This record gives sequence, C-alpha cells and structure tokens, in this order.
Amino acid sequence: MQLASSKLRWFLAMADFVPVFILVLLSTGLALLVLLISVLFGPRRRAQNATKLMPYESGMRPIGVAQRRLPVRFYLIAVLFILFDIEVVFFYPWAAAFRALGWYGFANMLIFAALLLVGYVWLWRKGALEWESVDKS
Amino acid sequence: MPALLEITLKSTALVFVLLTSFAYLSLVERKFIARLQARIGPNRAGPFGLLQPVADGLKLIFKESITPAQVDKPMYFLAPVLVVVPSLILFAVIPVGKGPLFQLASDLNVGALYVVAVMGIAVYGITLAGWSSNNKYAVLAGLRASAQVISYELGMGFAIVAVVLMASSLSLADIVAAQYPGEYGGILGWFIFRQPVAAAIFVVAAFAETMRAPFDLVEAEQELTAGFMTEYSGMKFALFFMGEYVKMIAVSALFTTFFLGGWSGPFVNELPALSVVYFTIKVVVCLLAFIWVRASLPRVRYDKLMGMGWKVLLPISIENVLATALLIALGVPGFK
Repeated sequence: MQLASSKLRWFLAMADFVPVFILVLLSTGLALLVLLISVLFGPRRRAQNATKLMPYESGMRPIGVAQRRLPVRFYLIAVLFILFDIEVVFFYPWAAAFRALGWYGFANMLIFAALLLVGYVWLWRKGALEWESVDKS
Repeated sequence: MPALLEITLKSTALVFVLLTSFAYLSLVERKFIARLQARIGPNRAGPFGLLQPVADGLKLIFKESITPAQVDKPMYFLAPVLVVVPSLILFAVIPVGKGPLFQLASDLNVGALYVVAVMGIAVYGITLAGWSSNNKYAVLAGLRASAQVISYELGMGFAIVAVVLMASSLSLADIVAAQYPGEYGGILGWFIFRQPVAAAIFVVAAFAETMRAPFDLVEAEQELTAGFMTEYSGMKFALFFMGEYVKMIAVSALFTTFFLGGWSGPFVNELPALSVVYFTIKVVVCLLAFIWVRASLPRVRYDKLMGMGWKVLLPISIENVLATALLIALGVPGFK
C-alpha cells in the first residue's frame, strides 16, 4: 500500500514534466532534421582529398594532435564550479521556504554562508582565483 | 488524449515561433549594427532585406557538409544538437502570457531550478564541439567557453536565488505574480527596482552565458578563427548559430520574467491576449540592448573575464542574497 502510493506520487510528479519531455522530443527531432537536410540537399563531391579534410589551421599544416594535455587552470575552475554550484543548489529550497523559516532560517544560512566564506577566502589567498599567476608562491 | 494533443500543438507553435524569431533576429542584428556603424546593412533580398534570412538559410542548405577526417564522429554530430536543444527547451517553463494557456509546463513548480539545470546542459554541447573537432583552435575555444560559462553560472544562479527569495516560489508564474499587480503599483513592483543588484548580475552573467560581446572570447576571430565552430560547415554550423540566437531570446525572456514583470502591463485582466504583446515588447527591448552592447563595447581580456566572474560577481551575488534575506526578515517595505 505504502509502495503503491509512493509510486503514484512519483507518476503525478512526472506528469508535470510531460510538456518538457514533448518539447525535448520535438526540438531534438528538429535538430536531427536540420542535420539530415544538410546531407540530403548538400552537394556530394566524390573527390575528397586529404588536404580538404585536414584540420583548419589558417592554411598551416597541423603539427601534432590537438587533443593533448591541458592547462591545469581549467580543471581547477571545473572543480571549484562543482563545489560552489552545489552551494547554489542548497540555497534554492531555502530561498523558496524563507518566509516560513524566518529568523531561524536566516541564522542557519548565515552560518552556512560564513563557512562558505572561509573556504572562499582561503581559495583567494591560495591564488586559486588568479588566472595569470600560476607560478607565483 | 486531448491534453497531450494540446501540449504537442503548443510546443510545435512554440518551436515555430522561436525559429522564426531566430531567423529575423539575425536580420535585425545585422540591420541594427549596420545603422550604428553608419551603414545600411543587407537590403538586396526582398524589400528592406526582409528575405535575407530565407536566402541565408537556403544558401546553407545547399552547401557541402564537410566532415573533417580527424573528428570524433559521434560527438562531432551530437554537439550541435546539444547546443540547440537546451536553448529551445528553456521556454517550457517561461510564462509568455497571462494564464496557463501561455505557459507550456504550467504545472511544473520548480521552474527556476529547471532553468538553472538546463542552462548547465548547454555547456556540454560547446565543450564537446571543441573537443571532438580535434582542431587546436576548437579545443582551445571549447575549453575557454566551458570555463567561462560555468564561472558565470554561479553568479546567475545566486541572482536567481535572490528573485526566488522575493517571490517565495520556484515557479516562474508565481515570480511574475509577485511583481504584479503589486501593492507598490505599476512598474515599481518589478524586481529590477526591488532587486537592482541581482538584475545587474543577471545581465552581466547573461552576456557571458550566451557568449556575446563583450564576452565573446570563444569566437575571438583574431586568435581562434571561429572558435569551437571552426570545423563545422553547412547546416551543422547553422545549428550552432541557431543555438546562440535562441539562447539570446531565452535569456531575454528570462530577464523579462525575473526582473521586468513578465507579461504584466495595463489592461491584461480585461484582455489576456495583450499580455503576450507586453511580453514580446519587453523581450525585444532586451534583445536590442544585447545588439547595442555588441556594437559599443570592446572584447574583454580572458583573465579579466575570469577575475570578474570569481572575484566580483560571486561575492556580490552571495552578499545580495543574504542582504535580501535580512531585509525580508526585518519586514522592510518592498521586501515584505
């Protein structure tokens, strides 16, 4: 009985998303159709030589591969993003329920934000937010 | 299944309207920028160049679709789809007019969260496009783009939190309702006046998210040619183009919904259809602002861009959320 009602609730919650699913299907279909149009109507030339299919590097012959090791800055940004984005997600339910929570909710979020701030200041002082000065310190 | 039929019809109409707006937005942009630069702009195809988008579309259809030898094929073809679809489906939760008739997923009560989530998906398309192209320009541009977009997503996320705080709801329809009719009367209820800091952050983040000037570093022609689209030709390129413009429209629609009172305006209660007109006018004004900024501001440097996102936007947006919460808890007029 318990299971049945929870399943029912799940279905009801999913029902709200039906328009989203339909729109996703439609827009995916449209995008695939556009890709197909190109294949159907574009000229199909037999002669495909190696120069034409070469990566474009402003007319230079590419040296080495493009997919190689990347600056670590980008990974750092990605990791920091995940951390802070999770904080953002925590803020959403709190914000929606804030008027019901009142001062209690405010005090709690202040503690949370203070902890966040400690981490943020530490990151800044460590130089994690500097884009240029990688080899400083 | 009349409900399903209705939803399908509505989403088809939505996609159709968006595609038409995208086509004409590209013309409006060219015309408007031309005027700002004391030129005339396209005026050969049809009266006032009105058939220019059709001509552009036809030209792209009949172009050869080259798939370079070095690309990672599945990802290479998936990437443009992943760019277009999130921009289009953002509109599922945006109320373009008064009442459930003008909102596709009107029962969805987590609209604001959905918006943030879908915005996040679009990063994949750009990153994959750059990486799968296996071209040095494209890889660099894809990396730049993903770092830029995720950095500004934080600021945008917190700006939306402030709006959610004001409206006490994640539903976009409720957010519009919280700005209208408003006990403060007229446009003073709009969140752009009650949340100016959040609005400013949202605008800056919107430019970075859509990768438009002055944050169009991923398409900095002088250093990266066409950025992550370098290896895309024909209609595959058109999909990226479509993705960028539809996202511009979507972000403008979101700004309208969050800060400009959405569809609200005089006499909407007597004539609900008028609400769509108001919404459209507000979105068009935002779009023109987008184009105007492109014509006026130079491109920023990449380290400045990242510094701005992490050291300015992020702390200010968090402080704005806390300050808003404090004002609401104190019951200050305008924040009750």
